Amino acid sequence: METVILISQVLMSLALILCFVRVVRGPSLPDRVVALELFASIIVGLVGVYAIQSDVSSFIDAAIVIALMGFLAAIGFARFLERGGPRDD
Amino acid sequence: MIEFIKGTFIIGGALLMLLASLGILRLPDLLTRMHATTKAAALGVILIMLAVAMHFAEVGVAARAFAIIVFILMTAPVAAHVIGRAGYFVGSKLWSGTVKDELRPNYDPLTHKLKSGHETEANARREPKESDPS
Repeated sequence: METVILISQVLMSLALILCFVRVVRGPSLPDRVVALELFASIIVGLVGVYAIQSDVSSFIDAAIVIALMGFLAAIGFARFLERGGPRDD
Repeated sequence: MIEFIKGTFIIGGALLMLLASLGILRLPDLLTRMHATTKAAALGVILIMLAVAMHFAEVGVAARAFAIIVFILMTAPVAAHVIGRAGYFVGSKLWSGTVKDELRPNYDPLTHKLKSGHETEANARREPKESDPS
């Protein structure tokens, strides 16, 4: 089981790195918002795997809060973008 | 047996998340990137939360894990819709190989007005009927 958890943590860390490349390179602001939402989802998965690894079930509450914050951040960024009007970056 | 199912779910979820970030890195424009990330990352989180519920096997933990699953299933489409709408409004460029954009001729980006193709003088005139409340 430890090997499976280690492999999954390596895979998810790789996913975080690839996602961060898109956050840095992303040609426009909506691309970066999508990448940040994916970031939140991957971190929810990492927290779940860490809860299994450390056998502490309280980490699930932290995962709930992170999922909620990711959703609210996406909604807030979208409202901000729509109010901004047409742009060319 | 339950260890095997748990391990399969964890590895599957991690692989789906890796697939989502490969998609966001490789695909050409905003809408295709959202197509990759929304579904794959939601399914990855769902698989990992199922593994968590099977690992602890308590009612409280399983209820919280299913709460996360229901929450992800409800919020992922809403967030994707809102971001896609905002991305279209701010004029993010579509991929050069896009076949069809049906909104382009019917949408005015300056006034946010939509056309339906039925705007004529006769349709715009108000014709009260007998059954209308006064």
